[in-house]
Amino acid sequence: MSILIDDKKSVLIQGITGREGRTRASLMKDYGTNIVAGVTPGKGGQEIIGVPVYDTVLEASEACGKFDISVLFIPAPLVRSAALEAIEAGVKLLVIVPDRVPIYDVLEIAHSAKKHKAQFVGPNTLGVLSPGKGVLGMIGGRAASARSWFFPGPVGITSRSGGITSSMAYYLAQEGIGATTLVHVGGDVVVGLPHPEVIKLFQKDPETKAIVMFGEIGGSQEERVADLVESGEVTKPIIAFIGGKAAKSGTRFSHAGAIVEGNRGTYEGKVKRLQEVGATVVDAFGDLPHATKSVLEKHGIKL
Amino acid sequence: MARLHEHQGKSLLAGEKIGIPRGEAARTASEAKRIAEELGCEVVVKGQAWVTGRASLGLIKFADSPELAAAAASSILGKEVSGFEIDTVLVEEKLNVKREFYAGVIIDDIAQAPRIIFSAKGGSGVEQIASEHPDAIAQTLVDIQTGFPDYYARDLVRQVGIQGKLQLALGLMLSRLYLVARNSDARAAEINPIVLTEDGKLIAADCRITVDDYAVFRHPGLEIEVAREFDRPPTELERIAWDVEKGDYRGTFYFIQMEQDFKRGDKVIGFHGAGGGGSMMSMDAILNKGYKIANFVDTSGNPPASKVYRAARIILAQGPIDGYFSSGSGVASQEQFHSARGLAKAFLEVPLNVPAVIRLGGNAEDRAIALMERVNDALPVPIEAYGKDDSPDFCSDRLDVLVKDFLPVEDSVPPVISLKPEEPYQFETVSGGTVIFDYDVCRQCETHICIDTCVPEILDLKDGLPVLNISAEEARKGGCIECLACQVECYFGGNRGGYVELPIPGLE
Repeated sequence: MSILIDDKKSVLIQGITGREGRTRASLMKDYGTNIVAGVTPGKGGQEIIGVPVYDTVLEASEACGKFDISVLFIPAPLVRSAALEAIEAGVKLLVIVPDRVPIYDVLEIAHSAKKHKAQFVGPNTLGVLSPGKGVLGMIGGRAASARSWFFPGPVGITSRSGGITSSMAYYLAQEGIGATTLVHVGGDVVVGLPHPEVIKLFQKDPETKAIVMFGEIGGSQEERVADLVESGEVTKPIIAFIGGKAAKSGTRFSHAGAIVEGNRGTYEGKVKRLQEVGATVVDAFGDLPHATKSVLEKHGIKL
Repeated sequence: MARLHEHQGKSLLAGEKIGIPRGEAARTASEAKRIAEELGCEVVVKGQAWVTGRASLGLIKFADSPELAAAAASSILGKEVSGFEIDTVLVEEKLNVKREFYAGVIIDDIAQAPRIIFSAKGGSGVEQIASEHPDAIAQTLVDIQTGFPDYYARDLVRQVGIQGKLQLALGLMLSRLYLVARNSDARAAEINPIVLTEDGKLIAADCRITVDDYAVFRHPGLEIEVAREFDRPPTELERIAWDVEKGDYRGTFYFIQMEQDFKRGDKVIGFHGAGGGGSMMSMDAILNKGYKIANFVDTSGNPPASKVYRAARIILAQGPIDGYFSSGSGVASQEQFHSARGLAKAFLEVPLNVPAVIRLGGNAEDRAIALMERVNDALPVPIEAYGKDDSPDFCSDRLDVLVKDFLPVEDSVPPVISLKPEEPYQFETVSGGTVIFDYDVCRQCETHICIDTCVPEILDLKDGLPVLNISAEEARKGGCIECLACQVECYFGGNRGGYVELPIPGLE
């Protein structure tokens, strides 16, 4: 199994006629993603990469049946409207690739998603990839590269950095460790599925036996992962690296942030919290593959 | 974050009918004097700077005559605070404080909603107050669709034991503060303190508003120069870089200067990262070798070669760096030759006169590395290129070795093609550039490599010469993605008849 994507789920591409949309949709299809249709307002009626293009999501749903997933390649100022359209048309998972989406727009998308029981990855995400099954977004780039870099295995990968998502999976693969799914949670402050939510999905996935996480300074995603382990909601072993050790401590741009967050967000705080609950935290990124291998061996997990 | 100065924030508050002190911003002592005269009361003169603890820095002064207000202004104006000069003071009536409160709106990333915080005790050190008197604090989340009507706000104020007319007035102010935050796309909007005056008015004595960088485009009236996380005004190069970023939505180009006024031998490196996580790790790797970085740059999110070129040009414009270090995530989804072409064009044109290590792991890295090796051969400085199997630590080691072994070269000018062709064929590109072919030169070309390596495949061969196979208008609207093949690939594999002019406004 995998989380979020497989080779069956039907996928819509919003913004399929644009530079990124067209290119990425074609690469996703090459990798095996079941792309069924595209939507670009005002450009319906044509065909791109062999799938029909419609003016609205509802029109596309009427013609092709409901979509499991929509991937958005839309200029940031227009993302809000496109995302709300997809959610209201019944799409249950959105992958919002663009960055620079205004934060209040993201809050509105989050509000609507909750109301309609939908989820979204991103914004500012490289996407999701399940080795050998499918990709949403742009992880791996060319299908041939993605095939040679990643293969199926017991590890779930979640990362706050796009490039590092692929890097982790590649370096783990070099050590003989395959993955169930790679998730880039997105680089923004508010994201639809932060680490704790992705890790809950990995916990439920029977094929994922261990979780590798790339965290970063700022915010509280990693501390909340530790909370989940402490409460017993997550029991699978976690191997983590936290980026930003040498960086100046995160900018606090308000008193309110300090009042609400207290001391969450620092490198030391994150490492300490994760270690307290028994997660393996490596000092150097290059140590991740080896540390992961040891943890898998210790737990008797087959590669 | 795009921070607003106190006087800008206050005018937004006033726009929603929140009471602010009478007063005006002044840029000279005589203006300050005039404002104090008009106010006709004791005033406070406040330097406009993005720092906390302004009083202890001598940036807030009281004056009981217009002359003293002028003197206070001239002592504050021109002061240097965290590297920039204060050019504006706010001259306001002095308030008779009876009681102080605090109110703030921030974005709660966990709840994915705005959060309102109210404190019955305000003023400086409000974080301290919050931890010592948790019962003075009330907080609530805002439903983004419903907003924060005054009856919600009154109920919040009620939670800390405030009743009656004061509750009514504070509730109204909080509800309006939320509107200010929402309408200005504020990541944070705070009033600290809210002052209850002796004569019973509620006044926002100070405020701090930070606008979401990503929403700055919606607020041209705020005149935010650079929508980036700075705790100081942007440098000239940062302004130039922001103009590049603002004018080109393809990929992200982030530029911040860390060191200035350095000289050769100070171990200052021009840093060019790609991708947030990889950039941070690569920065750590070079810092761990005992170097400083002149700047932090991240070009990521699939930028075109032209954007990487402009980034490299701006990095190289900073001054006498000792080396150039470019390193990203290592296994990038983007085809790496785009970045390599951008770097190649910049290195050849400037030209680069210090060692460089370029780590370009990911898709099509072999092509990228091969190209950088040709640039190495063309320039008298060492340039080494690596791929996904070489770590940032290894690459920073290599740069360290190259810098230590390096003997400065005379600024030799390589044979860069900068054309004034007799017989030009040209078309414009989406970011204000121009692609120019010198047909006189192209006619002698045997490889026509520009056509084979053009990524969007918009060139055809006609009568032995490259021509657009789309209209010039289509090319200008983005059909030409500025992959720079027709200059860089032509330089190494063609007859050097192609050139792409990519202006960077403000950069010489």
